[in-house]
Amino acid sequence: MIEVKNLHKSFSGVEVLKGISTIFEKGKTNLIIGQSGSGKTVFLKCLLGLFNYEEGSISYDGKIFSQLTEDEKRNLRAEIGMVFQGSALFDSMTIAENVMFPLQMFTNQSKSEMDDRVDFVLKRVNLDDAHNKMPSEASGGMQKRVAIARAIVNNPKYLFCDEPNSGLDPKTAIVIDNLIQEITDEYQITTVINSHDMNSVMEIGEKIVFLKDGLKAWEGSNKTIFKTDNEVVTDFVYSSNLFKKVRKMYLEENK
Amino acid sequence: MTYLHNIGAYFLMIVEMFRKPTKWSVMKRLILKDIDDLVIGSLGIIAFISFFVGGVITIQTALNINNPLIPKYLVGFATKQSIILEFAPTFTSIIMAGKVGSFITSSIGTMRVTEQIDALEVMGINSLNYLVLPKTIALFLYPFAIAIGMFLGILGGMAACVFGGYTSLEDYVLGIQTDFQAFHVIYSFIKTFVFAFILATIPSFHGYYMKGGALEVGKASTTSFVWTSVVIILLNYILTDMMLGK
Repeated sequence: MIEVKNLHKSFSGVEVLKGISTIFEKGKTNLIIGQSGSGKTVFLKCLLGLFNYEEGSISYDGKIFSQLTEDEKRNLRAEIGMVFQGSALFDSMTIAENVMFPLQMFTNQSKSEMDDRVDFVLKRVNLDDAHNKMPSEASGGMQKRVAIARAIVNNPKYLFCDEPNSGLDPKTAIVIDNLIQEITDEYQITTVINSHDMNSVMEIGEKIVFLKDGLKAWEGSNKTIFKTDNEVVTDFVYSSNLFKKVRKMYLEENK
Repeated sequence: MTYLHNIGAYFLMIVEMFRKPTKWSVMKRLILKDIDDLVIGSLGIIAFISFFVGGVITIQTALNINNPLIPKYLVGFATKQSIILEFAPTFTSIIMAGKVGSFITSSIGTMRVTEQIDALEVMGINSLNYLVLPKTIALFLYPFAIAIGMFLGILGGMAACVFGGYTSLEDYVLGIQTDFQAFHVIYSFIKTFVFAFILATIPSFHGYYMKGGALEVGKASTTSFVWTSVVIILLNYILTDMMLGK
């Protein structure tokens, strides 16, 4: 579980996060949504410890990040898996080497143990025969799956995904969404996803935090988002005619 | 102010580079890879340039000695001194600022643009230690490349002498042996060690702290070449004055 209390972050005097408080629960896919410029990426980078914040606190299962020593922070980071928007695979390594990288850095496993683990996670993301390909030879969807494999190879407690569906076709996007949800459930990870994709919101948003202008404007789930009267949320989530119709049908059916 | 800020950031980068070391088994592999990329991969161009510049120095010196009172062995002596004192350590380093420096800036810069450095940081890895320290250690083998450059430069001069008929082989060899001072070679290697450190760290600084996209990677490579060359030239003056000056 990740608990955020009253988080404030500014850049050159401009306040980007204005006191966000929320809880991201274990074993659930937690989504952060909001318009461009609402502070989602800054929030995610604060959660990851890539940005320092001026006020507030972030605690990982009771451990307050800002109060940890450098060694403790390093150990905590070893428990974090991250899927970047552009996958961020290391170009100079093969797919198998990319996935093996966290094991080489943080464990004392033998080569055969690491090979077995890499085989297992690549199989888990349906990439059994891509071991020796370079990232540049893989499609966008494959790269995202490799990034997920790399993020989960060291059994993380926390998984962060920055727009995991960006640039993917709808079918592959659903595959990635389902994969993240399955992994979250299977390994009881605290997963936090930063997303613009409304399909993801509806499909896997077990908890949704909606940000607007650096503030938490709404909090709920994919079940409650249909019923909310919050205009800020409905304007954003149901901005397309298709989603407006879907919502209308849902509300009529569930009267 | 920007210059002062960058100088401060550069020294902080050097300090940070030695903190939170990467696992030795991984570091060893990175160092070997960087030796291959940065030193072994540069041997060809160093050998080619050294050989022909050695030949040109010999020809120029021979053509400018018209006075019959000046001994012919001076051609070999001048070639040796030019190559050992300046050409091999300094000018080769400036050429390397273009080759090795651009490679370092663009590879680290691309990693920055594609969030690969963020990925390292999120994993709890000291990205400066992981990316810059292996290159710095690898380039401490750079003096060996320069030693090969010295040898080939003098050999190139010898080839130009013999095949061009500018002076006899005996005179050239006598020139090389005349007034040989081991300290000149030591001075040259000390300079090369300093330049190796500069060649690894300034391009890394420009790549690591760059902001923007692909266009900025190109700009950072150019800026890195300019600043690496400027610092090498300045340090060359300072070191020469300290070690050979009155």
